[in-house]
Amino acid sequence: MGTTASQLRKDLLSEYQVVMHVFFRAHKRFSELLSKEDRNIPTPRVPMEKVLSLPELKSNPFRKRICHVFSTSDMKDGSLTFEDFLDLLSAFSDSATLEIKSHYAFRIFDFDDDGTLDGGDLEKLVNCLTGETDDTRLTTEEMRQLISNILEESDIDKDGTVNLSEFQHVISRSPDFVRSVQI
Amino acid sequence: MTTAMSLFFVFTADEEDTVIDSDGRQERAKEKERKKERDRKRRRNVARRASSARKEGKELEDRPGREERRGRKKRDKEGKGKGGEDERQEEVKNDTVAKTQKNFSNENTRKLEQKEIEVVGEEDGDTEEKRKNGRPEKGGKKEDNGRGETVEKKQKKKRVETSAEHESSEEEEDEEEKVGEEKPEVLSPEELEKLKEEVDERKKLISTLRGKPWPMRKKLLTLRESHEFVEKYEGALGKGKSRKLYAYKVMMLKKWMKFQRDFENFKTACVPWEMKIKEIESHFGSSVASYFIFLRWMYGINMILFGLTFGLVMVPEALMGRPYGSMPRKTVPRADEANAMDFAVLWDFGGYAQYSVLFYGYYNSQRAIGWLKFRMPLSYFLVGVGTVAYSYMVVIRTMARNANEDGGGDNNSFNFSWKMFTSWDYLIGNPETADNKFASITTSFKEAILEEQESRKDDNIHLTRFLRVLANFLVLCCLAGSGYLIYFVVRRSQKFALEGLESHSWWERNEVNMVMSLLGMFCPMLFDVISALENYHPRIALQWQLGRIFALFLGNLYTFIIALMDEINLKREEEEVLKLNMTIWEASLYNGTMGANSTAPPITVHPADIPRGPCWETMVGQEFVRLIVSDTMTTYITLLIGDFLRAVLVRFLNYCWCWDLEAGFPSYSEFDVSGNVLGLIFNQGMIWMGAFYAPCLPALNVLRLHVSMYLQCWAVMCCNVPQERVFKASGSNNFYMAMLLVILFLSTLPAIYTIVTIPPSFDCGPFSGKSRMFDVIQETLESDFPAWFGKVFSYASNPGLVLPFLLLMVLAIYYLQSTSKSYKQANLELKKKLQTQNEENKKKTKMAALKAAMDLEEAQKARSEAPRQQRKNNASQQSYTGEKNTVTGHLVSSFVFVYPPAPRGHRIPGPLPGNQWQPAPSVQRVPNSQRHRV
Repeated sequence: MGTTASQLRKDLLSEYQVVMHVFFRAHKRFSELLSKEDRNIPTPRVPMEKVLSLPELKSNPFRKRICHVFSTSDMKDGSLTFEDFLDLLSAFSDSATLEIKSHYAFRIFDFDDDGTLDGGDLEKLVNCLTGETDDTRLTTEEMRQLISNILEESDIDKDGTVNLSEFQHVISRSPDFVRSVQI
Repeated sequence: MTTAMSLFFVFTADEEDTVIDSDGRQERAKEKERKKERDRKRRRNVARRASSARKEGKELEDRPGREERRGRKKRDKEGKGKGGEDERQEEVKNDTVAKTQKNFSNENTRKLEQKEIEVVGEEDGDTEEKRKNGRPEKGGKKEDNGRGETVEKKQKKKRVETSAEHESSEEEEDEEEKVGEEKPEVLSPEELEKLKEEVDERKKLISTLRGKPWPMRKKLLTLRESHEFVEKYEGALGKGKSRKLYAYKVMMLKKWMKFQRDFENFKTACVPWEMKIKEIESHFGSSVASYFIFLRWMYGINMILFGLTFGLVMVPEALMGRPYGSMPRKTVPRADEANAMDFAVLWDFGGYAQYSVLFYGYYNSQRAIGWLKFRMPLSYFLVGVGTVAYSYMVVIRTMARNANEDGGGDNNSFNFSWKMFTSWDYLIGNPETADNKFASITTSFKEAILEEQESRKDDNIHLTRFLRVLANFLVLCCLAGSGYLIYFVVRRSQKFALEGLESHSWWERNEVNMVMSLLGMFCPMLFDVISALENYHPRIALQWQLGRIFALFLGNLYTFIIALMDEINLKREEEEVLKLNMTIWEASLYNGTMGANSTAPPITVHPADIPRGPCWETMVGQEFVRLIVSDTMTTYITLLIGDFLRAVLVRFLNYCWCWDLEAGFPSYSEFDVSGNVLGLIFNQGMIWMGAFYAPCLPALNVLRLHVSMYLQCWAVMCCNVPQERVFKASGSNNFYMAMLLVILFLSTLPAIYTIVTIPPSFDCGPFSGKSRMFDVIQETLESDFPAWFGKVFSYASNPGLVLPFLLLMVLAIYYLQSTSKSYKQANLELKKKLQTQNEENKKKTKMAALKAAMDLEEAQKARSEAPRQQRKNNASQQSYTGEKNTVTGHLVSSFVFVYPPAPRGHRIPGPLPGNQWQPAPSVQRVPNSQRHRV
């Protein structure tokens, strides 16, 4: 492990430490994900499939969304560089603030990337939460009721969607949001 | 932000206008057109000012760099000019800057004129621009005007883009001129002040960088730039010698920060069992993990209690006190010597174990022992008080912290949203648990919907009420029955003890402990069955269940204590009798030896032969230790049988059984979080109660917790299945802590009662020979402190002083209570105010949205009338577009909520010298979340 860590310049390391919470473990995990030939490329990317195979993300229903949100790839393929990976970990670390967490959570829930949670997003979100199997799915009637209830509560300006500020408003009141969004 | 605010005012002002003139559509449209133009002008000005402010900063930041370079050159030329180097450098800077600015300003006046003309031409293009902007905004929902236009638009866009650079360069120059006008002199004191401010701001940015939701690359970039900036200009602030000092200070500060960071990392690396708990967390969700975290926390506390008692009581007595066999209290009596080493006796903590440092009776009442003059009795007393005080402190502090973290999740107004947004436990990494979680989320959704529907029509309230009353009645019966049973058993065991233990079977000897453990095992199950009657929501049902088990345990414990009290009184009577006998015995001994030989040396009787009192303190300690041991054993055995054996049977008998054991009746067990937590809490309560009379208890408990940790971790991972209803534990965290506090209070109560009211045994323990245990304090005050100190203390403990002091404390509590109440009230008021403001703002936003839509339509109309003009002028729109988007983003977020909006790109507000940094648009990955709104 020492060799890979020392590849990073020392000053870069201290910079990472300022902005980051867990560093060394992250780098270790990241280099485990990399294949052999990738290690020689200056800024290697881990494809999404590999990131998804991480035990922490394996059974998370939002795993693909998480990859897409944190990926800076131009191809939109959800692949992560080391910096993206650090982003992911620091957002999910237990010392990240509510603001960071809610920000990224909003983007994870925003399935169509349009900046608001509309009915479609919420429906997808419910489907993610209730799993793939049919017996846990909600019926359309229940779904309609649920979404209208949610919008009634959190859509403060009544425009039919939940935007980031409204989302943060709701989340900031929740007692256990910060603790639940951790890896 | 300032720009956003000013724009906001413009906007609202317009809004009011529209509200007032609500006549015909035509008129309004006209009016609006005019207003729009006005508005646009204003807005553009605002926007330009904003951008110029930013760019000015950038320009300025470049300049000092240049200056410094030049300055350095000059310095090199000058060689060894020592004296007024600084001043000279500054002069040089001033000169150069002044020159450059003059040049620029000449150019700029020309450009500005050009621009003014263009601004006028821009007006019409604006509408077109607006429409273009509006298209993606509305998400293509409202208008779809055919294909032909889009092609046209694309072409235009290109043109706009090309011209954008031109525009921005112009702007740059524009504001450079402004700088020139405003500040003819650079690096004046004010400038320095500003520089300093800037540096401070950068520092602040560095320290708060972690809390920004930016991508890592941007963070790094910002960090690096800020670091460079700070390094570059920090030195320039000081002068001469102070500069060096300053640099040194900065360096030390940096080192210190680094050290702190390393220390923090070290601390996190030192937390024990972290990986184990994480693994459990990923398999079973956070509720099960919360038990283990609680266990670890408990372990930490017990470590400290153990350190206190071990380091200050047990070790000094063992090392410096008199050795074993030197005194009656330190020797096994002759009658017991034969089997003092038997395992059965030792297991019962009799024999040699009883006459060792493990128990109260062994300690000597000598005031100071060893060469250190260690005050043993005082230390014993203070450690006893200290453990309790420390426990109180820790529990209350943790509770306060938890309460802070909860942050007032008081109202139920976001029931559904919370279920939606926060129900997934991101810690879950096991597919099976994830499936369970899916199921539980689904049921919770369904339940919530049902509840919502049912809350309107609540039928059969009487039946539910009746059932609940019935259930509570049954539970009360159970509690009373178990209490009576324990009392009965303890009484019986006392009878047995008086008759002598040897004549009874194993069961009769261990009846009390066994009955208590069995009750603790079966009553909760009974409660579980009863609670099915009540039909509560699972979370509330859990709390009821916890409360009932709590009451059961507490009842049992207190029955035990009352029985123990009876026993103490018995022992004390025995002691009185013995004291009398003792004098007779001594006299007879004296007489006997005197009669035989008058010149014999003073009689030496082996300490084992001297009669001794029953020493009720050791008896109490022994009882507690036995209780703890039997409790631990029952826990482990139930774990092995109930979990492990069951799992093995289910697993292997499943191959040859007629129904599916794994899915059917016995199945695998679930981890019972609440029961385990309660067990832990009560165990701790017993430790607190008994630790004064048996200093070994914390050590035993540390051992127990250590083993528990490994054993339970293993058991959970190998033979439990994830809970069917995976609920999050965080909500009940303080619930457990509150229970712990109650237990702590209730367990210190009897301990303090015995210490204060019952006189200590006359021949054992560190307080023997005193009338009360706390007399040791007075003794120390009299003999170890100067006389005046004792006097002061006696004055201070005078009831005339103590009573007013108590009164004062009560008053203070009352005062604090009422202020906190009023704060709460104020909070509520503020909340209400916020809500009303929100509503007002909502209305305004709605109006704004409406108006924007109208604008859009009209703009379209206008455009279809005059497409030509726009094409001509669209060149100068781009910058405006960009500005508008960000600005409206700020606008919306700043007045929909009064909460601070999420930072969308860091921006340094005012014109500051040396502002090197600007948000790079390519890296800015902040969502365009606000675009839809206006």
